[in-house]
Amino acid sequence: MASSGAKKVRSKEKPGNSPAMLPTLTPSERVDLLRKMVLIRRFEQKAAQAFMQAKIRGFCHLYIGQEAVAVGSISTLHPTDAVITAYRDHGHALARGMSSRECMAELFGKITGCSRGKGGSMHFFSKEKHFHGGHGIVGGQTPLAAGIAFAQKYNGTGEVTVCYLGDGAVNQGAFHEALNLAALWKLPVIYVIENNEYSMGTHQSRSSAGYPLVKRADGYDMAGITANGNDVDDVREKMWDAVQLARTESLPSLVEIKTYRYRGHSMSDPGNYRTKEEIAERKKESEPISMFKERLYKEKVLTEKEYEEIERQAVAEAEDAIAFAEASAEPEVATVFEDIHAPEDQIAEFRPPIGS
Amino acid sequence: MAVITMREALNQALSEEMERDGRVILMGEEVAEYQGAYKVSSGLLQKFGAKRVLDTPISESGFAGLGVGAAMQGLRPVVEFMTWSFSMVAYDQIVNNAGAIRYMSGGQYSIPIVFRGSSGAGLQVGATHSHTPENWYANVPAMTVITPAFPDDAKGLLKSAIRSNNPVCFIENEKLYGFKGEVPEGDVLTTIGQARICRDGSQVTLIANSASTHVALASAEQLAADGISAEVLDLRTIKPLDIPTILASVVKTSRVVIVEENKPFAGWGAQVAYEIQHRAFDSLDAPIERVTGLDVPQPYARVLEQAVMPSAERVTEAAKKTLG
Repeated sequence: MASSGAKKVRSKEKPGNSPAMLPTLTPSERVDLLRKMVLIRRFEQKAAQAFMQAKIRGFCHLYIGQEAVAVGSISTLHPTDAVITAYRDHGHALARGMSSRECMAELFGKITGCSRGKGGSMHFFSKEKHFHGGHGIVGGQTPLAAGIAFAQKYNGTGEVTVCYLGDGAVNQGAFHEALNLAALWKLPVIYVIENNEYSMGTHQSRSSAGYPLVKRADGYDMAGITANGNDVDDVREKMWDAVQLARTESLPSLVEIKTYRYRGHSMSDPGNYRTKEEIAERKKESEPISMFKERLYKEKVLTEKEYEEIERQAVAEAEDAIAFAEASAEPEVATVFEDIHAPEDQIAEFRPPIGS
Repeated sequence: MAVITMREALNQALSEEMERDGRVILMGEEVAEYQGAYKVSSGLLQKFGAKRVLDTPISESGFAGLGVGAAMQGLRPVVEFMTWSFSMVAYDQIVNNAGAIRYMSGGQYSIPIVFRGSSGAGLQVGATHSHTPENWYANVPAMTVITPAFPDDAKGLLKSAIRSNNPVCFIENEKLYGFKGEVPEGDVLTTIGQARICRDGSQVTLIANSASTHVALASAEQLAADGISAEVLDLRTIKPLDIPTILASVVKTSRVVIVEENKPFAGWGAQVAYEIQHRAFDSLDAPIERVTGLDVPQPYARVLEQAVMPSAERVTEAAKKTLG
């Protein structure tokens, strides 16, 4: 489980009180995991089409190929646990239960979007779903996650925080500062490196010294765990250990999940840093949706006909999201001055009206 | 009224607000066991315990961001930078996270956080430790920027800052920690965003903040000796600016000298000058003068550093220039 050099997960065993085991999912729950992965894939494909039609602007980073990571890991959480991620955030938002409609409308810059059209692709938020962004600066979300976990521990809620980052973020100072604080203060946070091998167009061999990346947990005396991000079951199993460590012992961990993105870094990436053959080969050997689908066929919990229905529903939901986004209103220009400051309730309002 | 130092006033504000609200925590380098690099947090660890008064590693980006995350989750952190000069290491967390998460999320989050600590030059600590960054943070749309000059304001404004539901940069000046003044007992708040007339005058208005207010007051004494009546206006809050109080004084005196310790290019004084010429052009009898820190990195040698700092003599000279 633990990679070479990285600390193994410690689990507290008490006589007669064995640590909570990863719950076995019912067949329909397993099919739901697949359903979510397919939805993310179809949502992202529709988003890509809309981007090519210039209905979505700015930067748009797709999650295609990485679906098993968000779906598998988030399936191990309670609904009130916190999730926070970087700018490739559509998959995590959907896996967290945010609606396709509010997500697509945000991409279209509409008032019905999850951030009222003020965040865009990189800045999805849903406080209600405990999805705390969507953050645009590489590694910038990692100290925030430590702070959310700090507040969870301070308030004694028993909740945990999962913070996703890319392999390109592991060389940012903020990441190391966050790991140090999380370990020093024993915060219930799980840092998940989604290692898709490329930080934008630079292969990890040209950007990071010291492999595997999970070894960086060693320096902070944190548990280090690795998982196969193409296998949703493996992601669930390994994440479960990290989540239990956070929940029962208030200890952080670093989880490195190996994955691969099939599309460019963003929609504007020509992709000339890797070959088409490389992508085709990776799809052939370890495409996460096909792998899981085949496993469910073998387990006899899914038929081809049922899978076709899942595909049909996912496409229909993505198309509905596009239609909803297109039909939604643009934000009123006056809303540009809203959402800057929270209303004051302990002191008198002291700001002059904007534009005065 | 008790006469206490600025650092004691700040300490009272922290203590009273922590007493009042269990969500208020204090974190920063040396704030707990060491009792504060400038003794502002003296005794707070003993009073509130290690759960609420936290020594951080030297890791400004990490603990500033941690504070923002805790604020997103409902706590009300006070994050101390040993000096604001070190806040640049945390700039991304302050600007992009504290400054933009509410807006980027369409108003879903409040970020009730106070970043505070010492700032300023004049004590021969060289270029890296001498910054007065109020203009940098005032450029962040969501940010409130407070720079007290007197102990009573330091206490009343810090209490208001902690009770604000929005991010505040509370920028103290190292030169003022030992400055004594009368501070009212008990739960007295100072309203954010209101300037204070420190000295009435009729011929020229000296607009200043923080330690520069004391430079302006010294200049007003010199001017009085020469028969010139100067009004001294302490902004107290840089953002939002108290435009009505500024304009009322300009209408009265028709002449303005702005005194600011920060560097001249896009310093807050440039914004104040713009507001005055834009809103009270016809009231002005002379071009607005600015006395700022000189546009060089802060030097070490005393004679060099004193030449760089705004001085009463430079302010007096500028005031006389406005009077022709």
